[in-house]
Amino acid sequence: MTDLDRFVETFLNPALAQKTWPAIANGVLVTVEVALAVVATGLALGLALAYLRAYRIRPLNALIIVLVDVFRAVPPLVIILIAYFGLPNVGVTLSAFAVLWLVLSLVLAAFSEEILWAGILSVRKGQWDAARSTGLTFGETLRTVILPQAFRLAIPPLTNRTIAITKNTALGSVIGVAEIINQAQTAVAVTGNATPLMMAAVAYLLVFIPVLALAGRIERRFAWNRA
Amino acid sequence: MDLFVSQFLNLDVMRQAWPLILRGLGMTALLCAAVIPLGLAGGLLVALARRSRRAWLRGTTKILTDVLRALPPLALLILIYSGLPFAGLRPSPFLAVCIAFTLNASSFYGEIYRAGIDSVGTGQWEAARSTGLTEFQAFTSVVLPQAARNVLPDLVSNTVEVVKLTSLASVVSFTELLYAADMARSVTYNASPIVMAAGLYLLILWPVVRLVSRLEHRVAA
Repeated sequence: MTDLDRFVETFLNPALAQKTWPAIANGVLVTVEVALAVVATGLALGLALAYLRAYRIRPLNALIIVLVDVFRAVPPLVIILIAYFGLPNVGVTLSAFAVLWLVLSLVLAAFSEEILWAGILSVRKGQWDAARSTGLTFGETLRTVILPQAFRLAIPPLTNRTIAITKNTALGSVIGVAEIINQAQTAVAVTGNATPLMMAAVAYLLVFIPVLALAGRIERRFAWNRA
Repeated sequence: MDLFVSQFLNLDVMRQAWPLILRGLGMTALLCAAVIPLGLAGGLLVALARRSRRAWLRGTTKILTDVLRALPPLALLILIYSGLPFAGLRPSPFLAVCIAFTLNASSFYGEIYRAGIDSVGTGQWEAARSTGLTEFQAFTSVVLPQAARNVLPDLVSNTVEVVKLTSLASVVSFTELLYAADMARSVTYNASPIVMAAGLYLLILWPVVRLVSRLEHRVAA
């Protein structure tokens, strides 16, 4: 057997690939499910927090800032382990999937709140004054005048951060969520062959390269032509 | 409430775990001291390669960085740590982590530098060249300093991400902060050591996160 044959046998084994692809495909499904759930709840919660913060109620804002900072500064894997191993001891038992979804949603909420808030701050004060002078209430101004402009400014950092956090779905493998890399590791242990790892790499590329491309398009679509 | 405190903020458990956690913190510092400079240097190389006159170099760099940006860092780490032994190479956990995170950090730092270099007007290049500086001198002493300043918030915020990234080294049994804390957790059946690790990350990164917010708000304003 030549070196090349041995390499193919170990890393690109077609027979093994055929046997393990249903497991990897299942992993892809789980990864996409968690990612979509995290994006939906994380962005919604982040928007809600930024919206609340705009009312500038002091104690509430202090609380939001502290929470957001904690979730931005502590590595997500640390929070996942605290939730997964700590919560059952106080009588709250969540599935690994639920822990992963919950923690990543909170992390995304924290980052998106901060980004949207920066967007809200960067809308000129004249926009507020003009909107209020036409008779819009504070809430109406925020919803129909300020937030749409803030969104536009927030889109590039928001898409980048959202993608980075959805890639953290891989952290689920540590607590046993059967996503892509978890499935691949199991298959490597069973087959003693590196082919499943290569399949996992390809699976991630198939999932995330289109997402990166889509993000690029969204950014260009909403870019402001600043002179 | 008492139950919560005893399970998450148990001072006795924390005191026991402290020596172990302190050693873990040292290893985390070591890892950061390796990966952050390597990533910053690698990122610069990436940014330069993306501006090269050679089309093949620009092309391969783009493909490589796109792949590295699409792969979750944990997946990349596992690919390297569990994949290389099949090719007859057995990297230590430390080496595997350094390789994986340098690759990952370089591609992100590279994008940031690139945006920074693009933000410096061509007039700066031309003016620098017209004073007799070589292209290399114009880049290192005129363009790069301005580029770095323009993207400073992004550079700092990505560095926070790299520090947080080092916690993934625990997955390949490198004895950094999170690994040490999780070991203490599995011995004591108590989450307090991990809460303590979270506190340490917070202590180190919170001032930086605040700084990033202020830098970003200033740029936006």
